[in-house]
Amino acid sequence: MIEQDSEIIFNKRVAVDTFLIGLKSPLVAAEARPGQFVMLKVGRGMDPLLRRPFSICGIREENLILILYRIVGQGTRIMCDFRKGESLSVLGPLGSGFEMPHKGDMPILVAGGMGIAPLIFLASIMEPGSFSFFAGFGSAKEVVATDEVGSSGLDLSISTDDGSAGHRGLVTELLENRLAGFDGKTSPVVFACGPLPMLKEVAAITLDGVLSCQVSLEASMACGLGACQGCAIRRSSEQAIAYYHVCQDGPVFDVNVLDWGAL
Amino acid sequence: MVHPDLRVKIGALELKNPVLTASGTFGYGREFSSLIDLDLLGGIVVKGVSLKPREGNPPPRIVETPCGMLNAIGLANVGLESFLKEKLPWLQGLNTAVIVNIYGHTVEEYGAVAAGLSGVKGISAIEVNISCPNVEQGGMAFGTDPDMSAKVTERVVKETDKPVIVKLSPNVTDIRKIAVAAADAGADALSLTNTLTGMAIDIERRVPKLANISGGLSGPAIRPVSLFMVHQVVRAVKIPVIGVGGIVDYRDALEFLIAGARAIQIGTANFVDPRASLDIIEGLRIFCQDKGIDRIEDVIGTLKI
Repeated sequence: MIEQDSEIIFNKRVAVDTFLIGLKSPLVAAEARPGQFVMLKVGRGMDPLLRRPFSICGIREENLILILYRIVGQGTRIMCDFRKGESLSVLGPLGSGFEMPHKGDMPILVAGGMGIAPLIFLASIMEPGSFSFFAGFGSAKEVVATDEVGSSGLDLSISTDDGSAGHRGLVTELLENRLAGFDGKTSPVVFACGPLPMLKEVAAITLDGVLSCQVSLEASMACGLGACQGCAIRRSSEQAIAYYHVCQDGPVFDVNVLDWGAL
Repeated sequence: MVHPDLRVKIGALELKNPVLTASGTFGYGREFSSLIDLDLLGGIVVKGVSLKPREGNPPPRIVETPCGMLNAIGLANVGLESFLKEKLPWLQGLNTAVIVNIYGHTVEEYGAVAAGLSGVKGISAIEVNISCPNVEQGGMAFGTDPDMSAKVTERVVKETDKPVIVKLSPNVTDIRKIAVAAADAGADALSLTNTLTGMAIDIERRVPKLANISGGLSGPAIRPVSLFMVHQVVRAVKIPVIGVGGIVDYRDALEFLIAGARAIQIGTANFVDPRASLDIIEGLRIFCQDKGIDRIEDVIGTLKI
């Protein structure tokens, strides 16, 4: 883990209100694993004050980290105006990454909206054709083309809420359809990242089917280092200390260890 | 060029420079050890330790506000026993002052934690949190009442051989009354201020943004408030004062030192920039060099009115 000023190599629009930023951060890139995140100092002054956590979407040419983001608030609104050649402070890589699937597992990647970012990174280091990748968006104009994010050839099945692209409905329906096709000879392992309602549905499906599943969570956090203890989430079983911290214990969790009712 | 002397004394406690990291913003030090050389710090004030482990408040626990943040962590910590067994041995290997922040539900509990830390190697001082706004009877009940502040201070001083620093709440009408009570009860030093109580509301859902409803405001937003309180307290007591509240660079640190604080603590800035404390130390050094000041002590309490 390191903190370093990183040059912005590009910052391009890849879908409506959605951007991909490439940061020259060789030390972070050298260590980063899929599922890990970075804290970016996006404000130039005192407001906004805190860093913002972002999943790493990929590594390019060994020294570039890719971050996918959608304009949702003050911080991301500032980010979309960043120009090539400017720099910003990157702290990372932080947190645990995904535990990689074992031989004979059939990985299924399930993304909702910007939750696609860490899964693109994960897919980039897996054998092409060895996994399924489902991604849900609000509508066609929000769909992030994988060519745009440097993962051309990635075979994505899309769902949209309004049916303007791919399957009309929820991405979790694509997951359920896929699971229905399993014959028991291979074991599906699910990797999911997205909005909380989607993750709750994925958790319900995989817990019900007693399937292996890892989810990557999002939380408000101030430091990303385990110092502020702001990003607490409840553990599933009663223990002396009842909380995990998303920054250190996660952001990737086995679906079994969380208290989904409290999320 | 002369190398300015940054050492300061807080009563019996000698620091290599006046920059400490504030409790609750720097974990147990180790969290930052791969990012910065902790031995360069004046000292580390560790996360508040209570007699028993505390799980803390339900989330959401933090929310950003203009030039600051609200937190309602709820003093989540490993408890005295685990602190001594699991956290302290690593801290003992550092070459900087380690100050242990303590907290209790009752005067007796404060006393028990202080007693548990008394005589333990590698602890330079105890900071008594009588000012946490985020837990019921959360210290702040003690810190807003002069008599209770005195009782807690007296007990902690009695139970320990370490210098005792009492950390004051800004959530009072006249902080000087609390300061005087703690000083008269035997405190070796005071640190101020803790966070200011505040809240934020989600206007779409019409709910508080923090599960705890209220939280403690920190960051540059509170700095002028903390600074004025330091100014007031320095004039009201004879014991040393440590300034805390929204310090993010060496200029902010100098404001507190000029007002009369003998040391300062860096809090929220650690989250934004893990190097903030070291940059402030360097900034103070360069300031002294540029102004031909030999000792940082010569800056302390030089406010002209």
